[in-house]
Amino acid sequence: MSQDPHRSAEMAEITSEPGLEKTQFRYRRLRKYSILLTSLVALTPLIAMTIINIYQYQKALKADMLFPILRQVSNTRHSLSSFIVERQSALELVIREIPFEELRDQERLAGALSHMKESFGGFVDLGIIDSKGDQVSYVGPYNLAGKNYRDQDWFHEVGLRGVHVSDVFMGHRGFPHFVIAVVHGLGEGDYYVLRATIDSDMLYRKILTQNLRPTSDAFLVNKSGILQTPSRFYGAALEQCSIAMPSYSTNSEVVELKDSGGKPYFLSYAYIEDTPFILMETIQPESFMENWLTVRNNLIWFLSISVILILMVIVWGSYHMVGRIREADLKRATVLHQIEYTNKMASIGRVAAGVAHEINNPMAIINENAGMVKDILSVSESFPLRDKMQKHVDSILTSVERCSRITHRLLGFAKRMDPHIEEIDLDQLLKDVLGFIGKEALHRNITVNCEVPGDMPKIKSDKGQLQQVLLNILNNGIEAVGNGGRIDISAEPKGDRRVEITISDDGPGISRNDLDRIFEPFFTTKKEHGTGLGLSITYGIVQKLGGQISVKSSLGAGTSFTVALPIENSAIRG
Amino acid sequence: MANEKVLLVDDEAEFTSLLASRLEERGLRVETASNGAEAVEKVKQGTYDAVILDLAMPGMDGIETMKSLLEKRPDLQVILLTGHASIEKGVEAVKLGAKDFLEKPADLAKLLQKIKDAKTERMLLVEKKIEEDLKDILKSRGW
Repeated sequence: MSQDPHRSAEMAEITSEPGLEKTQFRYRRLRKYSILLTSLVALTPLIAMTIINIYQYQKALKADMLFPILRQVSNTRHSLSSFIVERQSALELVIREIPFEELRDQERLAGALSHMKESFGGFVDLGIIDSKGDQVSYVGPYNLAGKNYRDQDWFHEVGLRGVHVSDVFMGHRGFPHFVIAVVHGLGEGDYYVLRATIDSDMLYRKILTQNLRPTSDAFLVNKSGILQTPSRFYGAALEQCSIAMPSYSTNSEVVELKDSGGKPYFLSYAYIEDTPFILMETIQPESFMENWLTVRNNLIWFLSISVILILMVIVWGSYHMVGRIREADLKRATVLHQIEYTNKMASIGRVAAGVAHEINNPMAIINENAGMVKDILSVSESFPLRDKMQKHVDSILTSVERCSRITHRLLGFAKRMDPHIEEIDLDQLLKDVLGFIGKEALHRNITVNCEVPGDMPKIKSDKGQLQQVLLNILNNGIEAVGNGGRIDISAEPKGDRRVEITISDDGPGISRNDLDRIFEPFFTTKKEHGTGLGLSITYGIVQKLGGQISVKSSLGAGTSFTVALPIENSAIRG
Repeated sequence: MANEKVLLVDDEAEFTSLLASRLEERGLRVETASNGAEAVEKVKQGTYDAVILDLAMPGMDGIETMKSLLEKRPDLQVILLTGHASIEKGVEAVKLGAKDFLEKPADLAKLLQKIKDAKTERMLLVEKKIEEDLKDILKSRGW
């Protein structure tokens, strides 16, 4: 039973809203901005803090690791330095305390060498060279007496500076060694030189006294990068070291370098004063890296999980928020649309009502005219075309009735288009309606009994339409019961949200078959004067008011209609 | 007392005259008025068993007319006639004192029945009133 096809049209109109696609885009953009902005605000400080943390940790860890290395290098430099200075001082003592003449004596020189070997160690040989470069005296394992050094650089340097410490070299002796030479003046510009060869293995052993990690290395190089002691990873003594010379510094230093494979390592170095030697120590940053990687990984894990969680919350929040906004907008749009639609329908309704009223008056005149003709015909028996005329008049009257039915429906429709919700006292409403039809009941001696409990809640509904519903059902009842019949009306609340009005008569009842079709339009049992619309209109109105109507009947026992209505009516649509 | 006397009030002159003649044909005495004011005048001057009153009229509408009619004659039987204006209006009219209600275009048989009912009721009221008046007179005379 589609009483209101306009409703499906309304739905179609709402869903085919022309701006909807654009709006969809607007919400997507809103969501995007919301996510971006919130993420930016939430994640930027977090990421910045993590980066700063990582940097600070790295710095602290590096400092922790480098400090002992520096100290070690510093210590080793000191011990190497004092090793050389000790021997230099010993030579200076010998050259100052023992006169030149005595030193020229091979035996005396051998005595000094053996003393020094005992006291200091590392001395290999000793030689006295006069200012012309001739080695005038020599003690040691090699036969170097009489060798001339005049053309050698070190001889000139020692003449100028008074002392000389040489690079490590092989020389005639066939093992790595270095030379310390000191000068003593003889007066009048003449001088002589005391020259000692020292086994550079002593230096190496000094370096080895520190416990190196398996991945670390420590060695000496000279200023041109030639290894002065053997190294683990950079070659044997007197080979060229692959590490570039670091810049000069009076202190111990650490620099971060990369090897040929691109792997980073730390180089700690120190220039040993007044010697050509540079102490170098290399450390693979693995152990440090291990700690560092754990810390960094933890930080990165923490950051990643935080970022994921924050993003999830932001995305969920944004979707949720924009969804709510959208819902609210949609609701508002729908309501606006509905108001507009209702207004439109209401004006259509008012126009329809006006038209129906206007038509009813001329209709009544036609009706009376036709009735008049019928009256005349009924008294003029001699009129020749009486029967034919009678037929035409009846046809006019039938058509008038049809028109009347149409305006009837139009008015009903108009009324439904323009609903007016107000608070209704059901007791009062029933009394009003009964007063309205009471005359007929009275004249036909029908007992009408109406019972409404005192605590009946007021309901919100359309008064006029509700009156129409009750009137239609009551009229049905009055028609059904004979003279002296009885109609019972009762109302009661059903739960918190509904009320039920029951109208029962003691008429002949309705057969099972008719009962099934009772709310169908144009179904009628009153062959002559029923339109078949009363109950179908009633059904439509009750549905419109958000309620239900049901009927129970048994032949011979009467019929009972029940109308259930909501107390709070939000369901009424135009 | 067989002939009911009715007053027909409608702004459609043709309708009233037609209905009047049809009713007269059926033995009723009918007078007509084309608006509320005229109806009030007529009711002032004569007695009617029923007033058949159109609800929708220009100027003084049916409800207003009925109010002033009932002011003059509280026992007046008013039958409202309307082009199915609205149930709400009809209910309102009945609350204000109308005795009955009929939809336009009206079924003549129904109308006649309602007029007859109205007359019966009026007679009852009149009898009651006379009875009361008599009682009052007797009381005042000391009976």
